[in-house]
Amino acid sequence: MPMAAEDIVSMIETALPGATVEMRDLAGDNDHWAAKVTAPQFAGLSRVQQHKLVYEALGGRMGGELHALQLTTQAPT
Amino acid sequence: MSDINERISNIVGNNDVVLFMKGTPLFPQCGFSSRAVAILDHCGVAYEGVDVLQDMDIRQGIKGYSDWPTIPQLYVKGEFVGGSDIMMEMFEAGELQQMLSEKQVAKADS
Repeated sequence: MPMAAEDIVSMIETALPGATVEMRDLAGDNDHWAAKVTAPQFAGLSRVQQHKLVYEALGGRMGGELHALQLTTQAPT
Repeated sequence: MSDINERISNIVGNNDVVLFMKGTPLFPQCGFSSRAVAILDHCGVAYEGVDVLQDMDIRQGIKGYSDWPTIPQLYVKGEFVGGSDIMMEMFEAGELQQMLSEKQVAKADS
């Protein structure tokens, strides 16, 4: 059962207050997403640490339900 | 569980560059693994591809070992670098080539 884009966004925004999330439907099937996450919490973190924060926000769904979420992260500039 | 961690630790320790992936470098079995292979090939780096589809223990074990939920996963000189998204970001910024070169696993001119 794929996750709706708004659910993905809301989980990330809840776990990372102040984050902005841009979602892009890569295949037009509501199942292959690209997310660009900009969050103040990322400042000073390595890319691996930034992605881990997003994975934590998604509560274990990454790699399972979310098998095809392409992720880009950055701190606000 | 500790057995599988030891097996993975040996693989990571015995190869300078290791890509845990779905399929093989010649025949990647998913788009993300395929992208990771393309990036490494483009960087001209020699690497060991570990097909997690052939080994369920590694497929599950690597996620805990790296504390990372998705595959592919890249290790360079024993250090976890990230998945295909991070590889792509680093590659586009020139950071991956620089890191491979600094760790002396890439061709000097790549």
